[in-house]
Amino acid sequence: MIENKAYEGRKIVIIGIIIVIGMIFAARLFYIQVINDKYVLSANNNVLRYITQYPARGLVYDRTGKLMVFNEAAYDLMVVPKLVKNIDTLQFCRLIGIDKEAFIKKMKKARNYSPYKASIFEEQISKEHYGYIEEKLFKYPGFWVQPRTLRKYPIPAAAHSLGYIGEVSPMEIEANPYYAIGDYIGKSGIEKAYETELRGKKGLKISMVDVFNREKGSYQNGIYDTLPLAGNDLYVSLDVELQAYGEKLMQNKKGSIVAIEPSTGEILALISSPTYDPNLLIGRIRSKNYNELYADSLKPLFNRALLAMYPPGSTFKTVEAPIALQEGVVTPATTFSCGGVTASPIKCSHNHYSPLNLIEAIEQSCNPYYWNVFRKIIENKKYANTREAYINWKSYVNSFNLGMTFNTDLNIERSGNVPAPEYYDKYFGKGQWRSMTIRSLSIGQGELLVTPLQLCNVVAIIANRGYYYPPHLVRAVSRNKVREVKEYEKKFTKVEPGNFEPVVEGMYLAYNGSHGTARRYKMDSIVMCGKTGTVQNPHGENHSLFIAFAPRDNPRIAIAVVVENAGYGSAYGTPIATLMMAKYLLREFERPTYEEEMFNASLISRY
Amino acid sequence: MVSLYLALVLVGWISIYSAIYDENHQSIFDMSQGYGKQMVWIVTALFLALVIILTDFKFFSAFAFPIYFFMILILIAVLIFGSTISGSKSWFQIGSVSLQPAEFAKFATNLAIAKYLSTLNVNFKQFKSVGKMLIILLLPSLLIFLQNDTGSAIVYVAFIFVFYREGMPGAILIIGLISVVLFIMTLLLNPVAVIITLFVICILLVFFMKRNLQNLVILFGMFLIMSAFILSVNYAFDNALEQHHRTRINVLLGIETDLKGAGYNVNQSLIAIGSGGLTGKGFLNGTQTKYNFVPEQSTDFIFCTVGEEWGFAGSIVIVGLFIALLIRIIIVAERQRSNFARIYGYGVASILFFHFAVNIAMTLGLFPVIGIPLPFVSYGGSSLWAFTILLFIFIKLDSYRLNA
Repeated sequence: MIENKAYEGRKIVIIGIIIVIGMIFAARLFYIQVINDKYVLSANNNVLRYITQYPARGLVYDRTGKLMVFNEAAYDLMVVPKLVKNIDTLQFCRLIGIDKEAFIKKMKKARNYSPYKASIFEEQISKEHYGYIEEKLFKYPGFWVQPRTLRKYPIPAAAHSLGYIGEVSPMEIEANPYYAIGDYIGKSGIEKAYETELRGKKGLKISMVDVFNREKGSYQNGIYDTLPLAGNDLYVSLDVELQAYGEKLMQNKKGSIVAIEPSTGEILALISSPTYDPNLLIGRIRSKNYNELYADSLKPLFNRALLAMYPPGSTFKTVEAPIALQEGVVTPATTFSCGGVTASPIKCSHNHYSPLNLIEAIEQSCNPYYWNVFRKIIENKKYANTREAYINWKSYVNSFNLGMTFNTDLNIERSGNVPAPEYYDKYFGKGQWRSMTIRSLSIGQGELLVTPLQLCNVVAIIANRGYYYPPHLVRAVSRNKVREVKEYEKKFTKVEPGNFEPVVEGMYLAYNGSHGTARRYKMDSIVMCGKTGTVQNPHGENHSLFIAFAPRDNPRIAIAVVVENAGYGSAYGTPIATLMMAKYLLREFERPTYEEEMFNASLISRY
Repeated sequence: MVSLYLALVLVGWISIYSAIYDENHQSIFDMSQGYGKQMVWIVTALFLALVIILTDFKFFSAFAFPIYFFMILILIAVLIFGSTISGSKSWFQIGSVSLQPAEFAKFATNLAIAKYLSTLNVNFKQFKSVGKMLIILLLPSLLIFLQNDTGSAIVYVAFIFVFYREGMPGAILIIGLISVVLFIMTLLLNPVAVIITLFVICILLVFFMKRNLQNLVILFGMFLIMSAFILSVNYAFDNALEQHHRTRINVLLGIETDLKGAGYNVNQSLIAIGSGGLTGKGFLNGTQTKYNFVPEQSTDFIFCTVGEEWGFAGSIVIVGLFIALLIRIIIVAERQRSNFARIYGYGVASILFFHFAVNIAMTLGLFPVIGIPLPFVSYGGSSLWAFTILLFIFIKLDSYRLNA
């Protein structure tokens, strides 16, 4: 037997080893639990899932309170590949409406993303299809349906103005930290201009998941969760009925109609033709349809009302006359003789008696008259030279917001062109140009370019006799059920109100005078004022322009119509503008026979 | 000792409840869940303890070898008739209850070792004695290894402490330690570099010790043996060990980083314990363990639940309870008059210490993942019963000392 006492001291060594191990554990525990905090972070990464709660995007109503844009639920079919077991693939494919190859491909894609995490198997199933799928889905473990919202347009009109939403691009995410991958953002139109109003505020739900990513409830009973805040609703200035009517009138024609309420600057209709159904650019069909629209040679995505620039042609006479009156170089009674088609240096395309006064020259659109007016302005002895006089003339024109943008809520617009004097200095040489050199300006041709929106604003100015409110699309934003009206500053031209009256009279006569260019379309029930424009087009047939407002006193609508390659202003511009005004002011009226003609007229062969 | 035992068992039960807690089965007594079953195991374990206390103390000494051989037969039987659970053919399935004989072999072997060592004329200078002792240890170890339960097989290394206390040359303990250091160094570094370092140390030693022939020969001999050992490490590592052991060791040493594979357990275990902080997340609020991020969270990795929910404070308490229990057993063992009781006591301490050290070191990422339970705390009937029997035989032996 071993001597007990001999090795008794060794118990100290053994106890020592035990204590050392205990201390190592204590030190290690202290290090990983108290000192090092990376494990807390890892634990949170393991278990916490931050789920974004998307708010409902704001709705859009027209000026009459009709719903233009709303949200509709769509359903994404989600899958967690690891949970998919023993399913009847063939039956499943039939249910979803895909073939077996597509199934294999989609499953592979999902598995590549993650076998344990949810990914979208089939995007945006319609409500109808969802109802059908939902009741059978229980047979297929690993699949479920996740709702999301799509924009819907009950009246398929005003696509350009409303714009569309799409997934944020990496650049947009970088520019604004609010957005995350997969979020939607307004890409054009008021969806873009009013993005911050419409989007609302995202909510956040923090939930805990287990190792298989199964949800296990909310984190800390949801005290860190935030609820989504729905977006604000918009009340746009458009009259959706008028808009749709205008789109119908413009079908199979290239061009644009803009209508403004002169007393407020509110845009009543903003038509760019050809247009498209806004419902084409939503959800899963968006990219396919977008590419088709993009490739279309008629460029339906191009917003002509804001972006296309045309010479104003004879409609420009309505700008020139008040300037000349303000400058005192003519009076309403001033007459100039007209040589008709043989006149020089500007010939007249209209057959009329001679001489005409200022008012008659608007009624009957006499070109030589306005060449003489222009000459009087530019050769005014008040100014040291042509250049000075031109600069003065240009400042008048600019005060009509020509050659400039409005910068309201239209998102995109072009400034048109009123040439700077430097342009002519460069083109002809300094001091080398005279009124004769730039005579095309007198009849709204040459370098002068305006957008349909600017043209319509000119009409609004005439209707208001000298001022305007910048044209805009949104009247009010509804914040927490409180309507907040958008205010715009009233802007004045450099022309006094009295100097517009002769122009108004001339435009009145265009409809109502015995020689008026628009007399064929006179309506007894409304006192309309208008001005035709036939714009020379070096690339083909003339563009047909028409501007008008009604009624003469306290006008409620100002309108500009451009129909490309349609010939005389009175051929297409006048009837379309007349119908639009009648529609807006009367709603129901006895339809003239030319309404049907306009609906059916197709100029497609000319493009 | 009994109160320390009860404290650990209770902590275990509560931790198991928390680890596999599920809202549908809120009662800790729910029999369909692990914690409900563990309660049954605890009650029966206490009954077993009572039986042992009521048994005559002479029974254990007298029947040490019969019990041992009976267990060996059982271990052989399980190899033939046993059922396989998670890769190990080490289970007897009796109805809905599964028992693991390897757990019970520990106390049987401890009885046999105590019995043999306490007989006259056995000492560590006799080759025959040492051989017999090794056979007593290796026989169950080998059988368990054959069951593919490596963790339980290497537990028998723990007896080195018993032998040390009973007179085994202390050098063996030091050699063992040096071997482990060299093994790790070789895996981490280039073997040639380790040998060169060793050589430099030898040269330095030559300067500092008495330079007689005998010392030089010993030093040179040791150098040769160590070099041979170093050179064999890689071979042994690549050929003797199985792939999953290799990866576990590599991950631990930082040679491989594999957070999804072999390193997953340890990483998740560290996350669970580490996220507990100073005072923990609170009872039932552990997320890492409850949501199954940590595998085996109610058995081998039960310490994670403690670490996550009770934090540093709770973990230290558990470590402290174990250390107190171990020291208490050694003190009680030292006061035994009979060698059998003392040696048996040391055996109990050694086995418990080995489990405690390896299990906690594993959850703290200080030791390769070896599947052995934390005594009294981990879920499992066999281990709870076996550790209870192991401890209570010693308590019985001690109580006799007091009665006498």
